[in-house]
Amino acid sequence: MKDLVILGAGTAGTMMSNHLAKRLAKDWRIRIVDQRKIHHYQPGYLFIPFGTYKEEDIVKPIKKFIPERAELIQEGILKVDKDHDRIYLENGETLDYDVLIIATGTDIAPDEIDGMMGPHWHQSVFDFYTLEGAVKLHEKLETWEGGHLVVHITEMPIKCPVAPLEFAFLADAYFEQRKMRNKVKITFVTPMDGAFTKPVASAHLGHLLKDKGIEVVPNFNIMSLDGENKTIMDYEGKEVSYDLLVTVPTNKGADYVERSGLGDELNFIPTNKGTLQSNAKENIFVIGDATNLPASKAGSVAHFEGEILLENVIRFIEGKELMDEFDGHANCFIETGHGKALLIDFNYHHQPVSGTFPLPGVGPLNLLKESRMNHMGKMAFKWIYWNMLITGKHIPFVSAKMQEAGKNFEEETV
Amino acid sequence: METTIAGQTIDLNNEGYLTDIKQWTKEVAMHIAQEEGITLTDGHWPVIEYLQEQYRNEVPLSIRKVGKSGVVDIKQFYALFPGGPLKKASRIAGIPKPASCI
Ligand SMILES: Cc1cc2nc3c(=O)[nH]c(=O)nc-3n(C[C@H](O)[C@H](O)[C@H](O)COP(=O)(O)OP(=O)(O)OC[C@H]3O[C@@H](n4cnc5c(N)ncnc54)[C@H](O)[C@@H]3O)c2cc1C
Repeated sequence: MKDLVILGAGTAGTMMSNHLAKRLAKDWRIRIVDQRKIHHYQPGYLFIPFGTYKEEDIVKPIKKFIPERAELIQEGILKVDKDHDRIYLENGETLDYDVLIIATGTDIAPDEIDGMMGPHWHQSVFDFYTLEGAVKLHEKLETWEGGHLVVHITEMPIKCPVAPLEFAFLADAYFEQRKMRNKVKITFVTPMDGAFTKPVASAHLGHLLKDKGIEVVPNFNIMSLDGENKTIMDYEGKEVSYDLLVTVPTNKGADYVERSGLGDELNFIPTNKGTLQSNAKENIFVIGDATNLPASKAGSVAHFEGEILLENVIRFIEGKELMDEFDGHANCFIETGHGKALLIDFNYHHQPVSGTFPLPGVGPLNLLKESRMNHMGKMAFKWIYWNMLITGKHIPFVSAKMQEAGKNFEEETV
Repeated sequence: METTIAGQTIDLNNEGYLTDIKQWTKEVAMHIAQEEGITLTDGHWPVIEYLQEQYRNEVPLSIRKVGKSGVVDIKQFYALFPGGPLKKASRIAGIPKPASCI
């Protein structure tokens, strides 16, 4: 009997367990470890603060999505001993493996910033990158009477890098709907040089912020937070005051990654960007948010990586050369409020451009352009997520590698 | 966009970043630094080299990464490249601007 272990039963781990259950030879055992019982549909966190979804709309038992062939172990991971191909769990048990897939994602680490945690946490300073944060923020927004709302990115990289911008757009629409937009000032504070950083996207979408009356404070690298005076300070002495701060704290990989000596300074795991094999050891593969790849940290990316990782695990077991094929493909809907959304499709080499998706010249979805159809796509993503993405089914018309037809790449040269 | 710096032909994108690190020289760096209002000193070069090395190894860069590099801490990084250190230092080092996906 040979052993394959998957660490993490979120988007990527669950998906891989389903892929592998169908493909691995019968003499392989599959085990998958997660500290949680519940699988969260994280893209749904965005909608909770505004009351569009409730907690119970976006959670389901992990067990429901793990194939019969795989054994689910509900336990925290303490450490990976890569030299002895052994995993230590928090309950003291160990798991030995021949092949390891790491899919433990990333989580927020607000204590990385001086003063961010304190009595003000989930009182006047909120996150929406956890279910708890999103639910508390909803309660706050329901009773908030207005003031200065600051939407803030602590540092890059973060998962779903467009989510903070979507939050600002949805907040604008939410306050308008509640007939109190005139009582709320919205400011978007980012460490990058603008809300949009890619030239083509800036050209197409730069007007959105102005239209919605959202001010942008760029190049702000937060050093500390003063909860009493409701102010954030950056390294150059710039200050922004808030009444309500919605921040995306530093995103880090899991602590056991650090204890295992597998990660970089944010606990992301150095990984080959084409094959998804770890740099640390050849029988360790990494997928999803846990990697240090220069790709977006998104569920769609995990999905595209999955098809290539499956192939490479099989090739590795058969002693064949790995395929160096992952191209960084990402595909994300961006909510812009009032029942509209944008769609972007890009990879390591191409920034998002305009065009049609998934059928070149036909659509029905338009890239880099606001539409109601794109919003319907975003809402349908929840069904696709539970029924196709994490169960490892192929999504029709959408290939793992980015399709070049139907995209206006000439825009990139301006 | 093609331009001539210190007698060399250089390709820049519309934000003034080199599109090919192979065209980078110290003279080019000094010229771009001047445009950014920075005079390069002995303290700047190790940072520039560090950024280039990370770029060649395809490691995504962040302020924190530079701060933990052992080359400079975050405060020193700001002092060397005031007003958006990563952005300015990347331009001077001839590597792409740090960006998000959109
Ligand atoms: C607000 C928000 C909006 C988003 N919107 C979108 C979107 O519109 N489209 C999109 O494609 N993506 C979106 N994403 C991103 C997407 O949710 C993630 O990229 C995706 O879930 C990553 O999958 P993963 O398997 O790598 O990590 P996860 O799904 O986070 O899974 C990691 C798992 O590992 C487990 N784990 C971690 N550490 C340990 C440990 N020590 N012991 C045991 N278990 C452990 C965790 O419990 C978790 O179940 C969004 C994310 C957020 C936060």
